[in-house]
Amino acid sequence: MIALLLAQTIAITGGTVYPVSGPKLANASVLIRDGRIVAVGTNVPIPPDATRIDAAGKWITPGLIDGAGQLGLVEISAVPGTREATVQGDTIAAAFNVAEGINPASTLIPVTRIEGITTALAVPTGNLVSGQAVLIDLDGATIEQMLVKSPVGIVADLSESAKDDAGGSRAAVADRLRGVFRDALEYERRKVDFGRAQMRPLSASAQDLEALLPVLHGRVSLITYANRRSDIETALRLAKEFKIKLILAGAAEGWEIAAAIAAAGVPVLVEPMNNIPGYDALGVRYANAAVLAKAGVKVALLETDTHKSRNLRQQAGNAVSYGMTWDQALRAVTLSPAEIFGVADRYGSLEPGKVANVVVWSGDPFEFTTGVEHVLIRGKEIPLRSRQTELFERYKSLPPSY
Amino acid sequence: MRSLLALLLALTGACASAGRGTSAAQAPAPAAPATPAAAPESTSVVRPQYSSTYTRHPNPPVLIRNATIMTATGQEIPNGSILLKDGRIVAVGAKVEAPADAVVVEGTGKYVTPGLIDDHSHLGVYAAPGTDAESDGNEATNPVTAEVWAEHSFWPQDPQIPLAIAGGITTIQALPGSANLIGGRSAILKLIPARTVQEMKFPGARYGLKMACGENPKRVYRTRGGPSTRMGNMAGYRAAFIQAESYRRKWDAWNKDHKGDPPERNLRSESLAEVLRGNMYVQNHCYRADEMAQMLDLAHEFGFKIRSFHHAVESYKIADLLAKEGTSVSVWADWWGFKEEAMDGIQQNAALNQQAGGRPIIHSDDPGGIQRLNQEAAKAMYAGQRSGIPITRDQALRWITANPAWALGLDSIVGTLEPGKMADVVVWSGDPFSVYSKAVQVYNDGWLAYDRSDPAHQPRTDFELGEVPAPGSDR
Repeated sequence: MIALLLAQTIAITGGTVYPVSGPKLANASVLIRDGRIVAVGTNVPIPPDATRIDAAGKWITPGLIDGAGQLGLVEISAVPGTREATVQGDTIAAAFNVAEGINPASTLIPVTRIEGITTALAVPTGNLVSGQAVLIDLDGATIEQMLVKSPVGIVADLSESAKDDAGGSRAAVADRLRGVFRDALEYERRKVDFGRAQMRPLSASAQDLEALLPVLHGRVSLITYANRRSDIETALRLAKEFKIKLILAGAAEGWEIAAAIAAAGVPVLVEPMNNIPGYDALGVRYANAAVLAKAGVKVALLETDTHKSRNLRQQAGNAVSYGMTWDQALRAVTLSPAEIFGVADRYGSLEPGKVANVVVWSGDPFEFTTGVEHVLIRGKEIPLRSRQTELFERYKSLPPSY
Repeated sequence: MRSLLALLLALTGACASAGRGTSAAQAPAPAAPATPAAAPESTSVVRPQYSSTYTRHPNPPVLIRNATIMTATGQEIPNGSILLKDGRIVAVGAKVEAPADAVVVEGTGKYVTPGLIDDHSHLGVYAAPGTDAESDGNEATNPVTAEVWAEHSFWPQDPQIPLAIAGGITTIQALPGSANLIGGRSAILKLIPARTVQEMKFPGARYGLKMACGENPKRVYRTRGGPSTRMGNMAGYRAAFIQAESYRRKWDAWNKDHKGDPPERNLRSESLAEVLRGNMYVQNHCYRADEMAQMLDLAHEFGFKIRSFHHAVESYKIADLLAKEGTSVSVWADWWGFKEEAMDGIQQNAALNQQAGGRPIIHSDDPGGIQRLNQEAAKAMYAGQRSGIPITRDQALRWITANPAWALGLDSIVGTLEPGKMADVVVWSGDPFSVYSKAVQVYNDGWLAYDRSDPAHQPRTDFELGEVPAPGSDR
């Protein structure tokens, strides 16, 4: 049945293709078969059985990837019964993987994907170590069908919000993380002693320490939220000490030490429209993403408010407005997040062999004039419907008919 | 993390959420009425109180030429010019003569609009850096606090203010939060650097009265004596206005002949009596369509008008009713889902209200959104157009200029580019409805309040001093 559904050939023809992995192609086509891209170019033979999507005058890009938010993990922010992203009572929640909290029926998913976001990171929140973030495609009847990669990384917090979980000082936050990392390594060496209770108490549960081992062996990234320059430097220091593959997130004052971040080879997840100063980041600037990119840092752009994930393209447009090049910004919502999250072999660009997450836009995806014309996720065309389009249809002329 | 912070702000009912010398001698006689029509005949006070000390900052005449002028009166003039002098717009058109002493701004490729007006802001009352020390927006000690005034909380050194100025904002309504049924008086302010809020108060502007429906008041007071239900909310408003009716009668009677001692003042009833007399405008936070209909009934019972429903995420469901009532709606472009009463937000809300003959306004309620009010209007306009609702660029511009001016009772003074109007003018790097455009110059009452290319005209608050400098001039 699934094979039958996937055995479909779709040709998006005659548009301007932005493969991201290479220069744009005018009057080009994207050929999709069985959920994968099989050809991209100006001279692609279209099989007669292909379903055609005429994209003349349209722009074709990879589906956008939002590396933030809680899509599938929250329905109504103010209703605790609909929130699944935070585990209570475990400040080192490394073993907490959010995947089984995801609700494939969430109304946010259609609302978001019909605006060109096809893939998102579902991020745990709260605590010193929040848990394991997973990457999902915004289509699928089950959690398994949605999952792209699990885990993508373990989330740690070095921003102001972590202090309470560590006794009230930034120094204690770093110290506590260091202690947990050391204990995880010691636990690994002495599992037998631990099992026989012949060991001093460890600073986190065995389950959480176990979950941290892939991070400490460089197989899974540590996604670290830090905003103040000194906190970012602490994150870089910890990563160096423990040879951790670090992804910086937030990084509001990152622009101040862009060269150091670039030298460390650490990628950064940035929210371009964030510029309200707080004591966690008095130096927050609109130009952050642009300065980091210019310094050679790999940047992915974020919209962190889950209900506004569809505004990722507005974030990207504003990043351009404040100094990123347009090409950098497009890459920062497609291929760069795919690389940062370790799925660039399958996601982030329009190339043969990649998963067919493709968006056809009426124009520049970052402009407000532009609308989404077609969204394909894993080669399947997504109906441009959501609870919101249904509300509109019901009320577009009054009185409504129920 | 930020999402949590946003949530906390929404839950605590913040509704969701630089000084420079002046020269009074330069203030000209206003060419437009300095106060809205129908000045109060009688009030519950016997002396002037809490006056504005606003004076226009002097500026040489300015001619902006060869720009696209969007007047918000139905015109978009290509290669047009506009002359500002002594705080007034003197002329707008294809050809405008400039006096010899005018500063000429070359506007080729640029766009000019009226200064943007945000009729729902918490700048200054929920100031950055956002600690408890700056949390001055909700007097959450009683469900009815009509006696508190936002201006008494307002902090002019809020570093969010210059950010909003750089976004083209020239006038704001700073509102109390929405924890209370009746949250207090709003402050209508010229958005300029200042040492005191008095220097920012829009001369002659009427106060707004913040009222709030729905989830916030009943949540905040559920365990503190009520209300704990929506019907409790309604009973609370009614009780307050019944007291105010009696208070008003006593004062109106005394005002006729001033015989004997004046009645004892009561600040709470005083604000509400001003609403009953039509001297103050009701600015009503209300999400759900059915609740807005209840509030209209309340207004009918006591004979006042609701000037604007704020947030009004379901206003599209009763756009016909709202248009008939003459109540404007102050809405977001696309916010939804952060609480149950916001679940039915749709992107066509403003457009559907326009289509029904209503008066939509795009508001921010947010220190980020206020910096990009033009972008929010653009999103709402194009969402409407893509759904087949023929919103014009002029209509969308009015959502952030003339319509909020009306909601504040200032539409005869600001909100459009017309001779005689206050010279609140924004020069944009390009089409203001493009994501790539930015305000390059902002004139407030003819004074160059912001210039993106000149650090000497990029005000910074005291709070920001001593910080690391920004790369370039952009924060």
